[in-house]
Amino acid sequence: MSFRTPLGQVTGLGSAKSGTAHWWGQRVSALGLIPLSLWFAGSVLQLSRADYITVIVWLHTPWVAVLLSLFLVTLLYHAYLGVQVVIEDYVHTEWSKLASLLVIKFACILLGAAGVFTALRVAFGA
Amino acid sequence: MATDNRPLSPHLGIYRWQITMTMSILHRATGVALAVGSLMLVWWLVAAGIGPDAYDTVHSFLSAWYGQVLLIGWTFSLFYHLCNGVRHLAWDAGWGFQIRTFYITGYAVWAVALLLTAGTLCVAYSGGAT
Repeated sequence: MSFRTPLGQVTGLGSAKSGTAHWWGQRVSALGLIPLSLWFAGSVLQLSRADYITVIVWLHTPWVAVLLSLFLVTLLYHAYLGVQVVIEDYVHTEWSKLASLLVIKFACILLGAAGVFTALRVAFGA
Repeated sequence: MATDNRPLSPHLGIYRWQITMTMSILHRATGVALAVGSLMLVWWLVAAGIGPDAYDTVHSFLSAWYGQVLLIGWTFSLFYHLCNGVRHLAWDAGWGFQIRTFYITGYAVWAVALLLTAGTLCVAYSGGAT
């Protein structure tokens, strides 16, 4: 027999009240990062001796802007989920845990916004 | 209620060292290193968007010896975290839990990650890809 309340059984969120969302988010973003990070590593390797103009021309390519934006968002989402677990494991004081989680979250969103904005701005030719 | 004399569960120091432990903590360490690396990535990209002068600043930072050390570190971190991440996804799918398989996949992750890192460095420093 189950000791869960009927509401608890329906929502399926467990004691952490977030269910399996974090676990799934980490796995699905990991799956997406396999091709995206290989593409990015290969691209920067090809650009390793390139001058400024070559880099801008590369950023101008439409599919580069799309893949680079997807890579940035997926990477920072995955990075946030990972660093979140590290903080939850090692920071035990409630207020400093909450503060560091918020700092990491805002930093990831800021980096993502700045990165995607730049990728699109260069791609649209500003 | 007395809480100080409670028995503790065995902690890290009590176990014999195994390579699987190092691989586990290294997965986390490389993950954190790569998260820090995303700062570098966005700095590089935003500088390219700002203009040639800003891009030159990033370029000279990355060309200096400390920049090169960072890039080599991030290259290995990426390939290690990627390969071991695939190993983790296999575990999540329920595959690879025999002790023998743990070791085989573990050494395979080391081999592939080091090969990819070495190959990347060869291409980068030989100027093969311009």
